[in-house]
Amino acid sequence: MTTPTLISIADLETVYDRLATAIDQAGPQKTELFLVKLALLNANALGNADLFQQNVQAALQDL
Amino acid sequence: MHTPATEARYSIYYNYQVYKPWLPSAHPPQGRKKVVIVGAGPAGMVAAMELARHGVACVILNSELQVSQGSRAIVFTRRSMEILQQYRVAERITENGLPWRFGNSFYRGQRVFRMEAPHDQDDRFFPMINLQQQYLEEYMLDALMANPLIDFRWGNKAIGVEQLDGFARVEVDTPEGCYTLDADWVVAADGGRSGIRTARNLQMEGASYEGFFVIADIKIDLPLPTERLAFFDPDWNPGNTILMHREPHGIWRVDYQLPAGEAPEDALRPESLKARIDAQLAMIGHAGTPWEMDWCSVYSARTLTLPDYVHGNIIFTGDAAHLLPIFGVRGANTAFQDAQSLGWQLAFVIKGLAGHRLLANHSTERVGAAREIIDEAGKSTRFMTPPTHGFQLLRDAVLSLSLTQAFVRPLYHWRTSRPHEYTHSILNSQGDDNALFKAGPAHGAPPHNVRLGADDFLLDHLGGGFDLLYFTEAAAVPEPLQKVVAEARAKGVPLNLIAIGAAQPVNGADRTLPDTDGHCRQRYGVPASGGAYLLRPDQHVCARWLTLDATRLQAALNAALPQ
Repeated sequence: MTTPTLISIADLETVYDRLATAIDQAGPQKTELFLVKLALLNANALGNADLFQQNVQAALQDL
Repeated sequence: MHTPATEARYSIYYNYQVYKPWLPSAHPPQGRKKVVIVGAGPAGMVAAMELARHGVACVILNSELQVSQGSRAIVFTRRSMEILQQYRVAERITENGLPWRFGNSFYRGQRVFRMEAPHDQDDRFFPMINLQQQYLEEYMLDALMANPLIDFRWGNKAIGVEQLDGFARVEVDTPEGCYTLDADWVVAADGGRSGIRTARNLQMEGASYEGFFVIADIKIDLPLPTERLAFFDPDWNPGNTILMHREPHGIWRVDYQLPAGEAPEDALRPESLKARIDAQLAMIGHAGTPWEMDWCSVYSARTLTLPDYVHGNIIFTGDAAHLLPIFGVRGANTAFQDAQSLGWQLAFVIKGLAGHRLLANHSTERVGAAREIIDEAGKSTRFMTPPTHGFQLLRDAVLSLSLTQAFVRPLYHWRTSRPHEYTHSILNSQGDDNALFKAGPAHGAPPHNVRLGADDFLLDHLGGGFDLLYFTEAAAVPEPLQKVVAEARAKGVPLNLIAIGAAQPVNGADRTLPDTDGHCRQRYGVPASGGAYLLRPDQHVCARWLTLDATRLQAALNAALPQ
């Protein structure tokens, strides 16, 4: 199952760069912590545990 | 030969009384007992009191000659007080305990969460009250020893329990050797390390967590209010949690998690305790304040329960039946509810007022309560002692976010012990009006307390049998209802009829509560005269009606007393 495309390519490219930069800024010791914080903030923004779970499943694919 | 310690235990604040052992040579041969309770902790003592309240005699065995070593359970909830009130010990706890309702969680020096437990004028008791377990046991003990139906035996250690045909045999060791005690029922209230459970090789279901906590009671003068303090991931104990509670007599409970891999015996070395307690005091701004150690111990969090508490003629209760994490004050507070539930249901079976299905119901209800607690407390425990890398990361992320993001802060709130609602109990009436009520306690819920006047509350008047709360402004309870009540009593069912809402005593009621402002009626969601609640002997609701009639009252009593 694929999640629908809701973000513009330009915005996706912006997110891509900002996330990469932020991971580098957090540093290897704090990358995981940073990403988990980000996930929780985004879960709050989503406001929907089911949708969050769908994203979790999608992210777990093909690791 | 059992040789319990005869020297008073050490304590800074509590004077232990050492009692004489009960010796078989000083007593006539023992006939078969109705009930033998193994263990005289909070669970065993409440079971004895509740049985006695229904006229059932018991023997209760205490392997020691004095009460609990150390403060152990120190926080008692409102519902516990409402239960203990029924045995007339709550007043002494109120006199000597420290009530509280606020909890604070700190991270990086910032208070990131404040728990405020509600307390309104309809409650007699505070949400929580702190008192060392020795005092609780002493007050219970005084009530037990004054009760002619309770045979309290100090220095009697149950070393074996055997299930025989329709009864159980307890092998009891004493300072002069063994004797045998046969009983129709044995209540295993022998605590978390229950020898009876172990000997029967009964498996518990659930999870054990790896983190160890040290509990230390210290005498120290700290200018802090009685509120729960929780510190997460402090510099002196990275990744771990520290809890602090104030106790009476200038004692503070300091409860800290050990770094992974540290052996409990190392953690209890005096120099280790001193370094850590000093570090904690320094962190809260009281470095160098003198203190003295009273008692310390180590525990780990477990969320385990037996899947059934009734095994033939042996019934498990309290920590012998389940092991619950202490976050959320689950131990003694759950035990009071277990033991009261057991006490009345076992008494009713013994007296022939109900069949064995009532005991099966007790087990179902209390296993259900334990599973609910395990579910809730498991969440708290996974936050306090993250069991895996993933849980660790999430916990750390929440700590970090909580400094600026309000939405994660409620995750600090570990739910405190609350009474289980027996929503799906077989004792609940099927043909009543439960679903039609818009307010008030529903099927299986404990009652709402109501302030009736100065030092006068609804729950002061309830318990010890079924209570029928009949809301009326009329001069008399209708004859057909009185007839059902009289017939139940004639069969030996204890049933109290309390009329609520009339200025003059209501004919046919045992007691009339005027409720002049209609507040009680409103708290119970009763719209008009003729509404009623039926409460079980543990005060939980088993039926409620917008308009009560004799047929439905009879049906509710039948459901509550399965044959």
